[in-house]
Amino acid sequence: MMASTKRIKRIKFGLLSPQEIRKMGVTKIITADTYDDDGYPIEMGLMDPRLGVIDPGLRCKTCGGRPGECPGHFCRIELVAPVIHVGFAKLVRKILRATCRKCGRLLLEEPVKKSYLDQIKLLNKLGQPYDEIVKNVFKDAIKASSCPYCEETQMDIKFEQPTSYIEDGHKLMPADIRDRFERIPDEDIEVFGMDPKNARPEWMILRVLPVPPVTTRPSITLESGQRSEDDLTHKLVDIIRINQRFQENREAGAPQLIIEDLWELLQYHVTTFLDNEVSGVPPARHRSGRPLKSLSQRLKGKEGRFRGSLSGKRVNFSARTVISPDPNLSISEIGVPIQIAKELTIPMNVNSSNLEECKKYVLGGPNNYPGANYVRRLDGRRVKVIDENKAELSEMLAPGCKIDRQLKDGDLVLFNRQPSLHRMSIMAHKVKVMPYKTFRINPSVCPPYNADFDGDEMNLHVLQTEEARAEAKILMKVEENLLSPRFGGPIIGGIHDHISGMFLLTRGNVTFDKYNALELLKKSDSVDLPDPAGYESDKPYWTGKQIFSQLLPSGLNLTYRSKMCDNCEICQKEECKKDAYVVIQDGTLLCGTVDEIGIGAFAGKILDRIIKEYGAVEARKFLDNATRLSIRMITRIGFSFGIDDEDIPSDAKEQIHDIILNAENGVKRLIEAYEAGDLDPLPGRTIDETVELKIMQELGKARNQAGDIAGYHLGVDNSAVVMAISGARGSMLNLTQMAACVGQQSVRGERIQRGYMGRTLPHFYKGDLGADAHGFVKSSYKKGLSPIEFFFHAMGGREGLVDTAVRTSQSGYLQRRLINALQDLEVKYDGTVRETRGQIVQFVYGDDGVDPSKSDYGKSVNVRRIIQKVTGEVVEG
Amino acid sequence: MVPEHILLTEDEIKTLLEKYYITKGQLPKIKTSDPVCKEINAQAGDVVKVVRDSLIAGKALSYRLVIEG
Repeated sequence: MMASTKRIKRIKFGLLSPQEIRKMGVTKIITADTYDDDGYPIEMGLMDPRLGVIDPGLRCKTCGGRPGECPGHFCRIELVAPVIHVGFAKLVRKILRATCRKCGRLLLEEPVKKSYLDQIKLLNKLGQPYDEIVKNVFKDAIKASSCPYCEETQMDIKFEQPTSYIEDGHKLMPADIRDRFERIPDEDIEVFGMDPKNARPEWMILRVLPVPPVTTRPSITLESGQRSEDDLTHKLVDIIRINQRFQENREAGAPQLIIEDLWELLQYHVTTFLDNEVSGVPPARHRSGRPLKSLSQRLKGKEGRFRGSLSGKRVNFSARTVISPDPNLSISEIGVPIQIAKELTIPMNVNSSNLEECKKYVLGGPNNYPGANYVRRLDGRRVKVIDENKAELSEMLAPGCKIDRQLKDGDLVLFNRQPSLHRMSIMAHKVKVMPYKTFRINPSVCPPYNADFDGDEMNLHVLQTEEARAEAKILMKVEENLLSPRFGGPIIGGIHDHISGMFLLTRGNVTFDKYNALELLKKSDSVDLPDPAGYESDKPYWTGKQIFSQLLPSGLNLTYRSKMCDNCEICQKEECKKDAYVVIQDGTLLCGTVDEIGIGAFAGKILDRIIKEYGAVEARKFLDNATRLSIRMITRIGFSFGIDDEDIPSDAKEQIHDIILNAENGVKRLIEAYEAGDLDPLPGRTIDETVELKIMQELGKARNQAGDIAGYHLGVDNSAVVMAISGARGSMLNLTQMAACVGQQSVRGERIQRGYMGRTLPHFYKGDLGADAHGFVKSSYKKGLSPIEFFFHAMGGREGLVDTAVRTSQSGYLQRRLINALQDLEVKYDGTVRETRGQIVQFVYGDDGVDPSKSDYGKSVNVRRIIQKVTGEVVEG
Repeated sequence: MVPEHILLTEDEIKTLLEKYYITKGQLPKIKTSDPVCKEINAQAGDVVKVVRDSLIAGKALSYRLVIEG
């Protein structure tokens, strides 16, 4: 039987009335047993065949469908005594308090009631939420001390979690509550924002319990042949048992106390059937002690039916594993473990020109890489290729067949790292099949994915159609994403050692003989050398700048100032002492040092210019070559950093000590001036703020001076200094803290003030304003912190951690909302931004109609570049 | 502070709508109760041109349909 498709016109929400439950239930359940000794379901039991079938071979007694066809049918349990539905417990209490205990009417005067009703009806007509008004209705009605209609005095109703209501010391039984609710007139129900036709409040008290069909609670047969029932079935068994006992006891005329106990037990079982996580109720447990999974738990939360099963999307042809770096791969490549390559496939249509190739794959079978995993024969059958049938399948392969070929080198795949916050989080890479079990990527593509190698995992998706591959090739390849749409500059570039290496190669005049020069260039595409820079004892030598120039495209002209530039008053240009003035002419580096501003991610000017003038492919080649060259350079040198690299000579230590001592004396003088009242407050500040500010300035100055001394004594050849000034990693501040002085710790941008009354720690006098009493750390990390310094440092450090945690969650949510608001906007061909209805949002996209990823750092044109190109005049920038 | 708002003539409206191939309803809206509408005495159904200073483009043009409210 094929069900006809229908279109949903509308959905009605309401409560199930007992009549409805009886009508939709195909039978009444009276026995708690499920199967008889022969393994057949018992009639009127929880597995009644009228509820639908799950065992193969049986047919549903209601619709005649086989398992899989029959959707299942509800039945019911007639409860001997009514119980409260936990999901509505809070609402039941509100309604109880808002209605009269005698006549059941809403405790509001007629005109007030009418005005509320009108408001609700109006909002309902406008399709707007009326929750706020309903909230006020309850607030007002609860205030009444007597009924305005029958003048009955109202009593306070106490609510005890989860389902008991106490009025004036007496417990209200669900039956009483139900009676009261039945008395509420229809028009009063509307004031509660409920529709009396679809949701009468008394229906929140269950007299009939709908029993979900067996398809929702299938039992599983264990290997031993034993049946294991679903949690819901177990719970239903409990309910039926108690229901029966209740009835027997009542018919036998048991004392009220026992009846009430049983009633409570029935309530407990119904409650835990619906929701096993209600506070105040011990969760019902399985025999093994595991809490049972109730109906609400099936729906709720991340792994519930909505978020987990319905909105959750899963895909085939994907893989996930740990990533690790491989600087020898191109940025557009990805190393895929051979195990994964054997599992993932690409569909291939067999035709006359690729028949031989396909036969080879099929002959390879699933285990001999590169092989094929599936063949779709001409008759449409899909056959799995195994070692036993591969020869036969390969023989019968003919044009029109389809094979699923294993992944091989050069295939285009999508690579992704969560959270996918921008479009560079998913890019297309070329496969390179490799041994071992991790995905390998060039470290240069870490910034767009925001990845590192401390255990990050990433996902790979294999494209299955030609259209998808074409689209990925044009739009998603790494080369196409070198420039960020955020600021129109390169987001992919050299990082860490790439920058240090390039810095060491191009700074000053490093020279190499022929052998070494060629050695450096060995892994690049270009292994030619220009004319040597000079001869030393008749042997030619080349400079690092020359070697680097070999990678630059000819015709490139560029002038800029590198990261080291001090912004001197009068720029020495080519004669710069620090070699910070970079001039590239016709693809030759004439002077200057290539550092972060040259080839770095987010900054690289050389890279940026090559992308914009020579295109993405050329830029990729340049980046691949440049990073390989710098890695070779840095390995040649043997770049390392150890604890003794933080050592500074003892006279430097003395100088630093003096500086700090001076600063402390300065602080003392400030405090004296403050206490004597000689301190002039800064404009707009109190005297207290002024002294704090001045102390902070004094100590900040001291730390900087200490840092300068440490920096001077470490020298420019120190690895950490090289990394800091080339922009590869770390800063001079980090170095200062390691070698000289950690400096002032702060909480909320101020010196540390919190702790005990008038002081931060009991080690200080009350009101002490001194440096060490408020978190100035004079030690360096190398020297080690004193216990008090350590404590202050922990305070400052904790604030940093809390800040990042708060910031990431807040900015994440902000971005989510922004994306939700903007996702359907589109830039049309006429340059206008419109939403889906065609409403214009902006007349010219971004006011200037410029695509930021095609712009020059956000500007539509780089005027300097054009002048330089046209007139040949060098314009800085 | 408030950017310049200029009332468009019927002809100007026509060319504007033709330029973007739109109906009046697709324009962004501005209410008659907006102070600037009162200032230039714009009625519902009119179209105003808004000239804003833009950091990116210097001047940015925008058009808004005046609606009741």
